[in-house]
Amino acid sequence: MSDWIDVCDLEDVPLLGSRVLKTGTIDIAVFRTSTNEVYALENKCPHKGGPLSEGLVHGKQVTCPLHSRVLNLDNGTVVAPDVGCVRTFATRVNEGRIKLKVTDKG
Amino acid sequence: MSVIEKERLVVIGNGMAGVRTLEELLKISPDLYDITVFGAEPYGNYNRIMLSPVLAGEKTIDDIMLNDDDWYDDNNVTLHKGKTVTRIDRRRKTVSSSDGLCVPYDRLILATGSKPVILPIPGADLPGVITFRDVHDVDLMIESAAHKAKAVVIGGGLLGLEAANGLVKRGMDVTVIHLVDTLMERQLDTQAGLLLQTSLEERGLKFLMGTATAAILGTTGVEGVSFKDGTSLEADIVVMAVGIQPNTSLAESVGVHCERGIVVNDTLQTYDPLIYAVGECVQHRNEVYGLVAPLFEQAKVCANHLAHKGFATYHGSMTSTKLKVTGIDLFSAGDFESGRGKEEIVLGDPGGGRYKKLVIKEDRLVGAVLYGDTVDSAWYFQLLRDQTDISEIRDQLMFGEARLGDSGHGGVNSAAAMSDHTEVCGCNGVCKGEIVASIEENKLTTLDEVRAHTKASSSCGSCTGIVEQLLAAAIGGDYSLTPKESPLCPCTDYTHDIVRNTILNQGLKTIPEVMRFLEWREPDGCPKCRPALNYYLLCASPDTYVDDARSRFVNERVHANIQKDGTYSVIPRIWGGDTSAADLRAIAEVAEKFNIPTVKITGGQRIALFGVRKEDLPAVWRDLNKAGMVSGHAYGKALRTVKTCVGSQWCRFGTQDSTSMGIDIERMTWGAGTPHKFKIAVSGCPRNCAEATIKDFGVVAVDSGWELHIGGNGGIKVRATDLLCKVSTDAEVKEYCGAFMQIYREEGHYLERTAPYIERVGLAYLKRRIVEDSVGRVELFKRFLFSQTFAQIDPWAEDETPAAEFQPLGLKEPVDA
Ligand code: SRM
Ligand SMILES: Cc1cc2nc3c(=O)[nH]c(=O)nc-3n(C[C@H](O)[C@H](O)[C@H](O)COP(=O)(O)OP(=O)(O)OC[C@H]3O[C@@H](n4cnc5c(N)ncnc54)[C@H](O)[C@@H]3O)c2cc1C
Ligand code: SF4
Ligand code: FES
Repeated sequence: MSDWIDVCDLEDVPLLGSRVLKTGTIDIAVFRTSTNEVYALENKCPHKGGPLSEGLVHGKQVTCPLHSRVLNLDNGTVVAPDVGCVRTFATRVNEGRIKLKVTDKG
Repeated sequence: MSVIEKERLVVIGNGMAGVRTLEELLKISPDLYDITVFGAEPYGNYNRIMLSPVLAGEKTIDDIMLNDDDWYDDNNVTLHKGKTVTRIDRRRKTVSSSDGLCVPYDRLILATGSKPVILPIPGADLPGVITFRDVHDVDLMIESAAHKAKAVVIGGGLLGLEAANGLVKRGMDVTVIHLVDTLMERQLDTQAGLLLQTSLEERGLKFLMGTATAAILGTTGVEGVSFKDGTSLEADIVVMAVGIQPNTSLAESVGVHCERGIVVNDTLQTYDPLIYAVGECVQHRNEVYGLVAPLFEQAKVCANHLAHKGFATYHGSMTSTKLKVTGIDLFSAGDFESGRGKEEIVLGDPGGGRYKKLVIKEDRLVGAVLYGDTVDSAWYFQLLRDQTDISEIRDQLMFGEARLGDSGHGGVNSAAAMSDHTEVCGCNGVCKGEIVASIEENKLTTLDEVRAHTKASSSCGSCTGIVEQLLAAAIGGDYSLTPKESPLCPCTDYTHDIVRNTILNQGLKTIPEVMRFLEWREPDGCPKCRPALNYYLLCASPDTYVDDARSRFVNERVHANIQKDGTYSVIPRIWGGDTSAADLRAIAEVAEKFNIPTVKITGGQRIALFGVRKEDLPAVWRDLNKAGMVSGHAYGKALRTVKTCVGSQWCRFGTQDSTSMGIDIERMTWGAGTPHKFKIAVSGCPRNCAEATIKDFGVVAVDSGWELHIGGNGGIKVRATDLLCKVSTDAEVKEYCGAFMQIYREEGHYLERTAPYIERVGLAYLKRRIVEDSVGRVELFKRFLFSQTFAQIDPWAEDETPAAEFQPLGLKEPVDA
């Protein structure tokens, strides 16, 4: 499936914050950076499943609220020296609406 | 095209202080000035203190160059080597050198160092009389040693001994003449001086102690030295090392106010505000210094001012001494002489070549002399500088940090056992935490890299061993550290204290403003600095600051504690732990209504609901609120609980009503944000059933009133409280409590609990501020109550977080991801 699905208004996601999208199978955390970029990651830290949506957003990264692993929002990798990776999803903002591609980015 | 003219900065003196100031300036504001440096010596900038190893043949001049010509080129600094400035025209703002070169300045730095003292005795001007200050002197000595046999060194201080040692190593027959009976008497007591003398004698040095020089003999050159007692000694050269004197002649000649040195204020400005002075030529708060550590601190402050920042100030330095004679371990700091009110702990092992003396006054270390075993010098120096209360560790003090049972690092080497803010490199003021952080961050693997990144071990080198240990531990061992002290976080080089003072002095009002002003490296900061800045700003302006929820950890944003499965725990406040059937019923109803799986009595005497789903949080709060309960802040860097015992209400031993006191205190202090969590307890008698003596603030009732205790911690590292004082009325308990919380709020570093805070600032300091200074205490208490008027708003009742955010986003139709 390659359709863009419509999620919410850009303004529904707080600056430097996130909202959770329940897809029915997995939860996706939708993030908004201070420069209004939008990223979407599976809401499950590769360490012990912490909800990334609750983490602190800084630059293009989020820090997991449970044990402070840092993840790159653009590719879902955990910042060294820790290791790991979560699924990411392509996003775009169209006329103030956030859209998301629920198939894997690549 | 118009060119904006830069301001012109001229530095007189190409020595250690002048150039270090430029380095600091270029680091923070590389393009601000057109810089010109005059140096009387015909070299780039070198590490003067390493002249001793050069003389001893252990290093070459090339080894000790700090900045060669390329450095000046790369940084667009014009260097006039071998040119002495002889005139300053303060009206026209120009300086001129002896050969007629004239350069204008907008700001000027005097960094002219010191001059060696020459004894006013006959023959002092004979060829062959050498001082020990610069490369030229060392060349002369090396030259002489090559074809002359006998040297007399006048002066048994640090410089004289290092000169004598060097000349002996170069094959000369050397006698040191010293006026008093103890070598380095300003740094060493008699015992340590004797040990030093013995080991130097074993290396071939000779000494004439208690001897005053009368004249230097000779007609066309040095032939000998005669003494006041009528005796004399043959000599081919005389090294005069009897002291140094700030080089103030140029400043004096143009009317810049000088006393013993050029007088400067806390921003290193002389009486002419366009003229700064740094280094050995300076007199600051009545002190002149002859070591590098102070001038490096001065350089930082001066650069900060030159860069138009102006928030750093210099408050003077405490110095320590190490002798750079290879194979001799000697350390001295502070006041080591016995005297009234002072106590000494001494360990003497002359056979083993070891001697240690610690001088203590009012439970603080005030002086230390170590000979033969200097492993713990950095630790002692830290205790001394921080004025740490050592009463608890007194019986172990002598045996060093590794012997402290509760540092809990048994088996780890001494460097690993040092705390993060223990200073390792005294010359450059580099702490262990900085070194370790830099090793980790920059992936450093060699000593030279560590020197390049941190400057540690790049000056006198006496900390090289410790730096190597740290390197080994950091890259070899699997031991992780979180740097506690400076800098605040990797986004900045500034420490908590500097950031905080800057917020106050510059009136900064928002997180972005602070980050811009202090040139944060990351535009959004990081999870370490953002919560800290948010707290500091809130503490500075409780009435106007708008809290930044996005800079708070999730717990403080949702007013509940996140659990391992992503659910939350909710703990309502139960004032003083004193509950009622109605409250219990309300809690029970909430638990049932929201299917909360666990209801538990906590270690803080409250009732916790564990396993609440995020989307239920607003409704859970609303129900608890309706029943009259407010948030317990069990998630916050804030007042947690006030634990109480039942006290005189029921207990047969109770002397006061501790429960009511606890309730009153909790009602007064709830909602207060603090650097880290803050816990209080009140016990009704010294049996202390509320465990008040491991709380941040503990109150213990006694027959005549209340004992107030501070700085306890029952967590990771147990620390019993210190007794602050005894008071008799209930009102006093509250006033002292509020004043203590406020001083901690204003001075504690973010995430520093009261226990480490007290160890940092010292109990004596807090007694002074809170007990002795009654006016100050009332002021603190007032500020506390003022900020409480904005803080005591129940976050559960507030609708600040839009409830929508607690709800997940849904899709019209589920998709398969
Ligand atoms: C709920 C409670 C345990 C319990 O089931 O009883 C508890 C639970 C937690 N404690 Fe605690 N502490 C609880 C009483 C204590 C006590 C005892 C006390 O308060 O009298 C201590 C020792 C006393 C002290 O603090 O000096 C205590 C020392 C700690 C520490 C170590 C603090 C330290 O400075 O050494 C931490 C870690 C931290 O704060 O960084 C901690 C951290 C935590 C956290 C918040 C860990 C976290 O960040 O998730 C725990 C939350 C669990 C959760 O899922 O919600 N907890 N914790 C207690 C709540 C008390 C209350 O009603 O507010
Ligand atoms: C042999 C030796 C060993 C030492 N060992 C230690 C040690 O182990 N630990 C320690 O902390 N300290 C030590 N010191 C002291 C330390 O070197 C000094 O504290 C430090 O160099 C002072 O720096 P400064 O910039 O103030 O002066 P300097 O480094 O002396 O620089 C002043 C410069 O200004 C130049 N100058 C003066 N007047 C003029 C003028 N009118 N025009 C142009 N140029 C001018 C001078 O030629 C000189 O180059 C030692 C010093 C010596 C000499
Ligand atoms: S001691 Fe405290 S932090 Fe540790 S598991 Fe228990 S509640 Fe959690
Ligand atoms: S679950 Fe994210 S860091 Fe542990």
